[in-house]
Amino acid sequence: MRIGDAKQSYEADEAIWTSSTQKIWFACFLLALAVFPFMADAYFLYMGCLVGIAVISTTGLNILTGFTGLISLGQAGFMGVGGYTVAWMSINTELPFPITLLFAGLLAAAVGILVGLPSLRVKGLYLAIATLAGSVFLHFIFAEWESVTGGMGGLSLEPAHFFGFTFQSDFRMYFIIVPLAVLMVLGAKNVFRTRTGRAFIAIRDRDISAEILGINLLRYKLMSFALSSFYAGVAGGLFAYFYRVVTPESFPLSMSIFYLAAVIVGGMGNLLGGILGAAFMTLIPEALGLLTAALTPFYPNAPIFMSPMLEIIFGALIVGFLIFEPHGLAEIWHRIRRFFSLWPFRN
Amino acid sequence: MDWLFFGEISLAGLAMGGLYALIGLGFVIIYKATRVINFAIGEIMMFAAYLFLTFAGGMEMSPWVALPLAVLGGSVLGGVIEKVMIRPMLGESPIAVVMVTIGIASILVGLVELVWGADPQLLPGFLPRKPVFIGEMYLAPKIAYGFLIGAALLIVYLLYFRFSRGGVALRATASDQAAAYSMGINVRRVFNMAWVFGSLAASLAGVLVAATGGLSPQFGAIGLSVLVVVIVGGLDSIVGALIAGVFIGWLETVAGAYLGGEYRMPATFAVLAVILVLRPYGLFGTHEIERV
Repeated sequence: MRIGDAKQSYEADEAIWTSSTQKIWFACFLLALAVFPFMADAYFLYMGCLVGIAVISTTGLNILTGFTGLISLGQAGFMGVGGYTVAWMSINTELPFPITLLFAGLLAAAVGILVGLPSLRVKGLYLAIATLAGSVFLHFIFAEWESVTGGMGGLSLEPAHFFGFTFQSDFRMYFIIVPLAVLMVLGAKNVFRTRTGRAFIAIRDRDISAEILGINLLRYKLMSFALSSFYAGVAGGLFAYFYRVVTPESFPLSMSIFYLAAVIVGGMGNLLGGILGAAFMTLIPEALGLLTAALTPFYPNAPIFMSPMLEIIFGALIVGFLIFEPHGLAEIWHRIRRFFSLWPFRN
Repeated sequence: MDWLFFGEISLAGLAMGGLYALIGLGFVIIYKATRVINFAIGEIMMFAAYLFLTFAGGMEMSPWVALPLAVLGGSVLGGVIEKVMIRPMLGESPIAVVMVTIGIASILVGLVELVWGADPQLLPGFLPRKPVFIGEMYLAPKIAYGFLIGAALLIVYLLYFRFSRGGVALRATASDQAAAYSMGINVRRVFNMAWVFGSLAASLAGVLVAATGGLSPQFGAIGLSVLVVVIVGGLDSIVGALIAGVFIGWLETVAGAYLGGEYRMPATFAVLAVILVLRPYGLFGTHEIERV
């Protein structure tokens, strides 16, 4: 909470921007995002696209786990539904990418509702295990329904296209992925200014009191599942367009855990946290890769240790953040901001 | 239908199920005492199995010395994990604690790859090789003797929890923590012991399973099957873990033999899904799970 920030109306409380400084910084951020692809080399462009996809999926999971309090281990499965939908549609139809992505999101949302149905009866860890079961079944379908999914070999698809314009390079994909990521995060931000979003938060904080307040638990929980899987489906669709191949192994269980970790490391129930977490977790392997490359001249064995080190760092981050900084990177970010806005006074 | 084949497959499945029951028991002990769902149990098993590999293979100890040492190592690991990473999470939301165990699993996989490499390995054979016949039916000796060793530990555990002071302390803590405290039971120590004993059961099962099927850093995925076992049986029911362990082991093996290996997981998870919808607390669990 900033000093001199007393809210005097509900509009002010719901407003996205509390000061003009924020607007200016956000404009600068958008400008930087727009200029980035022209300045960056191929590698950074590739990373930018990956971060964009991760941001969409993490935001989706954040809606479900961070804001509604329903833990899900099925995120990779929902992304897979989106990825396969896009792959199948681009092979079998001529539809442009906005439509295939929309279908990817909608189909994933439908599957999400199906997997979320046990939330009618169970919650907490039992729900996590139900979603785990869902992702096992989805993986099975991806691998075995060969006429549609191509079996273990998966599907290869053509680049995304829109009225004759094809997006075959990372540079062009960037202009699909990043604007979509910005839009979807803003969309999520707006959801939490409406009754629906507040209902999600009420369910997270105490489901029984939420029900007494007149919130239909089943309906809103399924809505949260649908919304979250929609995000996952779109992210999965972008994933398919980006790599132009989907296989059952593209969406392993470890990917679900990756996104859960991104939400935790970033900060549960905080959209900024989701963004920071997604970027951080995506960039860690790359940073480690760079470190390994730098160390190889001195320790020729360094590359062998990279993948196990990654597992260890990944686990240590989850454990460390949960024990020492449960509010995640977003809290660190706020602390830094507070420091500068209060400077030269302390706290 | 070939009844002999079905009998042999079932027998192998039941023996495998015995080992699942043992792992499930380890899982349930930890859950009963501390209310922690331990996603890292598969990785603790893996760690113990790799220790056995080092002791029996690399250091050329007798397997009968290496086995207790490896199991001891696994249980010490469980105790250390509880002290260092689970205790600070006391009172946090169950979801956060589960995520910590997932993080621990990831750390253990990385450590194992770092120390022992990522390639699959075979454990030195230490169980008798003479084929076992029960009536007409053949049973692979590794599985048969693995089952016998596992069953022996299982019986020791059941007797221990029934009759010893430590076992009573554990059951008291599980049924009412505050009352246990006021009766002078050192609940912290019970928590730690639960992790040690749970990991011990899992470690022994880990070495035995690895002896039949080989060992690789992906070995911990067996934890998923165990998760099915304990949910189906009821998270806080030892009897449930035993029965569900045998049943899930049988179902997995039969589904694998008749439908193909890719059907093993979906078959057991289908049972899991049905149980979650009909009896979320499991077949034998306490009916206290919050429902919405």
